[in-house]
Amino acid sequence: MKLNRAFRMRLNTKRELNGWIFVAPFVIGFALFFLYPLYQSIRFSLSELEIMPGGFKLHFVGWQNYHKLLFENVKFRRVFVNTMIKTLSDMPLILIFSFFAANLLNQKFRGRFFARVIFFLPVIIGAQTVMHIQSGDFITGMMRSANLAQDAGIFSGLHLEQYLYQMKLPLQFTNYIMAAVNHLPAIINASGIQILIFLAALQSIPSSLYEAAKMEGATAWEYFWKITFPMISPMMLTNIVYTLIDSFMAHNNELVQLIRDTAWSGGGAGYGISVAMSWFYFASIALILAVILGVLSRNVFYHE
Amino acid sequence: MAVATNRLRQFNRTMPSFIWPAIRAILVAGICFVIIYPTLSQLSTALKDVEDLYDPSVVWVPKNFTNVNFKKAAAGLNYWVALRNTLMITLVTSTLQLFSCAYIGYGFARFRFRGRGVLFALVLLTMIVPPELIMVPLFLNFRYFNFFGLLGETGVNLIGSLWPYALTSLTGTGIRNGLFIYIMRQFFRGMPGELEEAAYVDGAGSIYTYFKVMLPNALPVMLIIFIFSFVWMYNDVFFAQMFMPNADLMSRNMVRLPLVIRYEQGPEASLAHNAAIILYLLPLIILYAWLQRHFVESVERSGIVG
Repeated sequence: MKLNRAFRMRLNTKRELNGWIFVAPFVIGFALFFLYPLYQSIRFSLSELEIMPGGFKLHFVGWQNYHKLLFENVKFRRVFVNTMIKTLSDMPLILIFSFFAANLLNQKFRGRFFARVIFFLPVIIGAQTVMHIQSGDFITGMMRSANLAQDAGIFSGLHLEQYLYQMKLPLQFTNYIMAAVNHLPAIINASGIQILIFLAALQSIPSSLYEAAKMEGATAWEYFWKITFPMISPMMLTNIVYTLIDSFMAHNNELVQLIRDTAWSGGGAGYGISVAMSWFYFASIALILAVILGVLSRNVFYHE
Repeated sequence: MAVATNRLRQFNRTMPSFIWPAIRAILVAGICFVIIYPTLSQLSTALKDVEDLYDPSVVWVPKNFTNVNFKKAAAGLNYWVALRNTLMITLVTSTLQLFSCAYIGYGFARFRFRGRGVLFALVLLTMIVPPELIMVPLFLNFRYFNFFGLLGETGVNLIGSLWPYALTSLTGTGIRNGLFIYIMRQFFRGMPGELEEAAYVDGAGSIYTYFKVMLPNALPVMLIIFIFSFVWMYNDVFFAQMFMPNADLMSRNMVRLPLVIRYEQGPEASLAHNAAIILYLLPLIILYAWLQRHFVESVERSGIVG
């Protein structure tokens, strides 16, 4: 008995050691290329940077940078709130669209393979660098205005808007729908990976569940709410988190741009403020993710 | 609810069977169109001559095909040099990331050790920290690189070499490597343990087992990770401006293109910009066209979601 326990101990320590052998690269990388820079950035955010010939000098200023950006910087608060609102309001649209698209792609029809190839394309070609150049482009702008002038069909934005107003829906709701319709291409482009995750999740649902439901005479509506939806809820959570992170980190995100622009303004004086902005932003992201995970992870259904 | 369900059942029975496939076909075609429309229109614009722009009868197919725009764009991007540099960096980093993330992910999936939960939380943490936060310290870190003080007082300057890319990739701290580690961990957790047990019984060590037994099974997922990592490295501007401040790289030359071929030059500049976008996307499109069958199938089989 004693021998057995000693043997098991040895086996456990061995497995523990093996685990560390596998994660060791990450531990080293984390310490060198993440934790140490992170520590330094805390120092930067609490100091003023002075660029001198052949180097730089840090003057400790305490919380002054944070105070400046919250109470003195003209742009930060507005941009911060805008970014938060935009990210949080786009998230449901992206999720609904990508879930819908994944359901479409999961059905059997001719040309499905080709459709999948196209639907995943934004992951490959939806590059920020390309968006950057497009936004200032002359011909793109010209075509956009030409399209606006031509739009007279029933599905054009203007008509839809009138139609929604006539339905006497709450104004905020109408505006939200209109915003969604107007940047549908952007939403489709931001949904590539989410579609992929949902599709994989849909395919991992055992077909025996559907067969059992069919025996009971369930409708498509019941299939969806009683089987599909609970079964993919863990991946719904993953997608919510992924979508948030993706749009918080995007290069065309207004706040990210502000942080970059501030960094090199004022001959190094702006750098401390820029890092303070990043910290403030990071703290808010972490808070939002923590709240979402805390609320939703209780409502997620795990099969096993 | 019961009434609604009954109605739905009636509706299902009365609805002709071709309606849903028809709606579905329209939806799928519409979404596909929205996705490829920008690229198609760029391609058509890139092939146009300035004359065609002012000709109202030309919409998609230009009357005067020309490759002037492409020549201009290639010169503006310094295309071949930039492409060679970028491909070299991208292939090296994504290959390294692929293997390091799979290796680390396996450690998280299969071994219980003290601190595993905390360590994995740190992996996720690397994903949510804005890169701007650690940009300058990281730059300084590589500018005066001294491995825990082992390389002398002033350290070595690694900026402008492949080393910063290689080191961050090898240690799973490159662009979005947290996500890759997460995906690999989910995948390995979903694998049956019998294979490894058999190998252990035969007296194989854990590293040998990993390379000989587990890694070959992970190929479909690794393909997905390779494509992601390739695309993200190819498009990356952030690491490029930090680690390779002076080299010609595709992503950076693309962002800088409006400074080389200025908007003020009017329609000609714009035509060249569209050609540049096509040239820029071309390697990615070729890669995707080459791997798409495996990619789409891998998504189905890989159990990416565990």
